[in-house]
Amino acid sequence: MDLSGANLQLDSFEELAIPLFDQLYNFAHWLTQNRDEAEDLVQETYVKALKGFPSFQLGTNFRAWIYRILRNTFLTSRKGLKVTMTVPLDFDGDEEGPEPAIEHDTPETILLTRSSHEALQSAIDELPVHFREILLLCEVEEMSYQEISETLSVPIGTVMSRLSRARRALRNQLLPHLRQGAGQRIARGTNHGV
Amino acid sequence: MVCESWKAQLDTYVDGEVPHEEMRTFDAHVRNCPSCSADALSRVQLKRAIQVAGKRFTPSAEFRKRMQQSIASRPRRSFRMGWMLAAAAAVVVVAGTLTSTHLGSRPARDQVFSEIADLHVATLASSSPVDVISTDRHTVKPWFQGKIPFAFNLPELQNSQFSLLGGRMTYLEQAPGAHLIYDVRKHHISVFIFQERSLPAGLSDSALQPGKLSFNMETWSRGGLRYFVISDASAADIDSLAKLFKAAS
Repeated sequence: MDLSGANLQLDSFEELAIPLFDQLYNFAHWLTQNRDEAEDLVQETYVKALKGFPSFQLGTNFRAWIYRILRNTFLTSRKGLKVTMTVPLDFDGDEEGPEPAIEHDTPETILLTRSSHEALQSAIDELPVHFREILLLCEVEEMSYQEISETLSVPIGTVMSRLSRARRALRNQLLPHLRQGAGQRIARGTNHGV
Repeated sequence: MVCESWKAQLDTYVDGEVPHEEMRTFDAHVRNCPSCSADALSRVQLKRAIQVAGKRFTPSAEFRKRMQQSIASRPRRSFRMGWMLAAAAAVVVVAGTLTSTHLGSRPARDQVFSEIADLHVATLASSSPVDVISTDRHTVKPWFQGKIPFAFNLPELQNSQFSLLGGRMTYLEQAPGAHLIYDVRKHHISVFIFQERSLPAGLSDSALQPGKLSFNMETWSRGGLRYFVISDASAADIDSLAKLFKAAS
């Protein structure tokens, strides 16, 4: 890659893009689930962003803009096309009903306070890419619904319903681990206060 | 089933996206409804856990270097130079910290500021950052009764950009204090309140950036209490919240 020939407003680009390097890499790795592919994706994102920077309006949301480039680049990659082909067509369909209450007797909070980080990472990994990305943008990048809407190019209503579905899917992914973990704690006699 | 309409919006509520004018009503319901309250707590815990677990991958040194070299087009302000300067600055900070700690010559003031920054970061990384969850100051303030040896006032936030998330007890220099957490445009702001007499002397009132962590901080003393406001939010936001506190105390 050679970006050095680009005669652009490099100072501004650097000031805006460099602080996001680690975050973009983290997001790219979550999407691609592979270090080499994540590096390629970040590299291509920076190339595209630098080329497109003259069309970027300073003062608008740069973060949403560069995340959108990264995401679109991923979705048009071989792996991105493959994973999106497996997404059900109605994954943004109408709600199936009101959000069910979290059952407090399920040991969700036990997982979150006592253990495993790794279990949660695995559960996020196993989510369909559209759920994984929106959860990461909301929770890890702490984007507002408006920013997520700009990044994913979807209406805010879709952001809300997709987030809700993503969280529900994550809880479902976690349930087997929770049951297993609770069973192990009971077997070890370490089920304090549960 | 009760509370269905509230529960349908709980995610929006814990995401801080409920319209401002509806927030008070929502708060009042969550405070008075054990089911929604517990549900909101679970959702907040899940959010915190995802936030921590989601920060999983870091670029390799080799990739970072390759990118630096690629983007570095002008020596004057190159990516590479920026990183080298950052690395050099980091080395200076780390070396300075180690040296001053080792020699015991670090001013007490810096040590307090550093501990405040540590408390702020450690709390936000926690899966349960607050022990009393409420956006209502009339709920949060009484919660501290009997837990800390002083009383304080919390500002009215109506028509401000800030929202109260909750509070917890904390300790600094082995003295108990109050830790309040506020939210402004997705940034969390910690407000710490301690008795002035329990802290080292020489903590002058100031707005500053406590060095290595790049947070903004403001501190002042009033009525025998020492206040610290710290966040990665802008200095202007910190100052606005500090002014609200000063007006309330």
